[in-house]
Amino acid sequence: MERFDCVIVGAGHGGAQAAQALRQNGFEGSVAMIGDETELPYDRPSLSKDYLAGKKPFERLRLRPEAFWAERGIALRLGRRVVSVDPAARALGCDDGSTIEYRHLIWATGGVPRRLTCAGHDHPAVQYLRSRADSDRMIAALPGIRRVVIVGGGYIGLEAAAVLRELGKAVTLVEAQERVLARVAAEPVSRFCEAEHRAQGVQVLLGTGVEEIAGAEGGGCTVRLSDGRDCPADLVVVGIGILPEIGPLAEAGARARDGIEVDAFCRTSLPDVWCIGDCAILRDGPGIRIESVQNANDQAATVAKAICGRPEPYAATPWFWSNQYDLKLQTVGLNLGHDATVLRGDPAGRTFSLVYLREGVVIAADCINAAKDFVQARKLIEAGCHVPADLLKDPERPLRELLEVV
Amino acid sequence: MGTITLKTRDGSVHEIEAREGVPIMELIRDAGIDELAAMCGGCLSCATCHVYIDHLPEGAELPGLGRDEDDLLDGSDWRRPESRLSCQIPFSSSLSRIALTIAPED
Ligand SMILES: Cc1cc2nc3c(=O)[nH]c(=O)nc-3n(C[C@H](O)[C@H](O)[C@H](O)COP(=O)(O)OP(=O)(O)OC[C@H]3O[C@@H](n4cnc5c(N)ncnc54)[C@H](O)[C@@H]3O)c2cc1C
Ligand code: FES
Repeated sequence: MERFDCVIVGAGHGGAQAAQALRQNGFEGSVAMIGDETELPYDRPSLSKDYLAGKKPFERLRLRPEAFWAERGIALRLGRRVVSVDPAARALGCDDGSTIEYRHLIWATGGVPRRLTCAGHDHPAVQYLRSRADSDRMIAALPGIRRVVIVGGGYIGLEAAAVLRELGKAVTLVEAQERVLARVAAEPVSRFCEAEHRAQGVQVLLGTGVEEIAGAEGGGCTVRLSDGRDCPADLVVVGIGILPEIGPLAEAGARARDGIEVDAFCRTSLPDVWCIGDCAILRDGPGIRIESVQNANDQAATVAKAICGRPEPYAATPWFWSNQYDLKLQTVGLNLGHDATVLRGDPAGRTFSLVYLREGVVIAADCINAAKDFVQARKLIEAGCHVPADLLKDPERPLRELLEVV
Repeated sequence: MGTITLKTRDGSVHEIEAREGVPIMELIRDAGIDELAAMCGGCLSCATCHVYIDHLPEGAELPGLGRDEDDLLDGSDWRRPESRLSCQIPFSSSLSRIALTIAPED
């Protein structure tokens, strides 16, 4: 049996950053990171961007070089999955039968893709995109693939659509809602993205569901849509969200809803058990899990400080990015509960921002090819000030100036 | 091939081996220096790979400062005239012996 002062479960963005931040904050105890993937921690967002496109080899995705972990005294137990947590004994059970004891436990397991449940959901042409293994499977299949159906018009579906179009595939994107990015952005951003994808030759079908994946002669499949249409495909990429990986911890009694509930220091309801990243939900926060590299990194720093006796509540401004074709989308803040939006600039010019307000206060911005607005909107959001809409909508007027106006 | 001289936030100086064509952000990261968060992985979306160029070798030239890079750097409280985002500078042999400092964290 092994025992470590801090055991991190999950060797993804949050786990890797937590391990490193513990050392940066002077943690001198033993640290181990257990991950079920066999890879050293790597940059997950690239899986649907440069890596899928073949523009970056996997070696360049590593978050740290191999030697780094040993040099920092961080033991890696990769290819191993934690299947049970015993909070009284402070012990973890793994799928290989081993037990690992902890003094502190950081749960950073991310999520698994939500699966299709329709008839034929297990057809071999149906694939997901969360891990290196997923991407590699897709990349290996690509040479024989001509027609792709993408299920889900969220960020991952749209990024995959962009890469696959650039690789010359015939792409159909099926989205159940009446617009793409419906969960995360307001209408003008959705319509702009939709138009870009259409202009690139993607067939976008909105308000359309998948009824069945039927086997077809010669390897491919037929995707039967809710409007009765049949869509032949060699590959079906499903990007319909994730389910947080919380099973063992929830079964151990950690308070959970759609994620493990944590306080402002990322503490769970179990003693010395912390949770960060995609699988955590702030108890007194916005009420949703935040799935982003920023959130995983900043929560990792929050936990490391708390464990090292210098607790600081999590208060980072959220931000996110997505690349599609030559478009750079950058989001700052959280638009939940907005009651007004202001468009800055003209989407037709492919450089614009959509600013979200709640009771006159700027709370978020989606910036398309507009890095300047992205950095300056952040300052407005952090200042929490009221800004009149007519000032916001003038794209010639830097957002920074508005800080001084109000 | 070549080398980069890097000063980290704690004031220590490191000689880093450099490979042709690889962005300086990745060279710093691959040398095991953990001060650069480089959160967006080098796709010019975050500005957490901010460095100062202290010294450029004779005759060497850096790629020009792009508009997005300029805008992202503007968000930093620590911007100086010699500021750059290290993911935007691919190493080339003419840059060997370039000297950099990691900018403070925002
Ligand atoms: C294709 C793709 C593109 C993305 N693009 C962006 C983007 O552009 N910008 C952005 O900000 N975010 C993006 N994201 C989201 C971002 O990658 C996640 O928010 C981030 O990785 C969350 O970090 P995490 O540590 O919570 O989870 P992860 O990075 O997923 O790490 C969790 C790790 O834990 C492992 N694990 C799970 N259960 C167990 C267990 N029981 N035992 C052991 N190990 C376990 C998992 O296999 C995984 O390796 C993208 C995600 C994907 C999949
Ligand atoms: S790593 Fe994000 S901008 Fe350089």
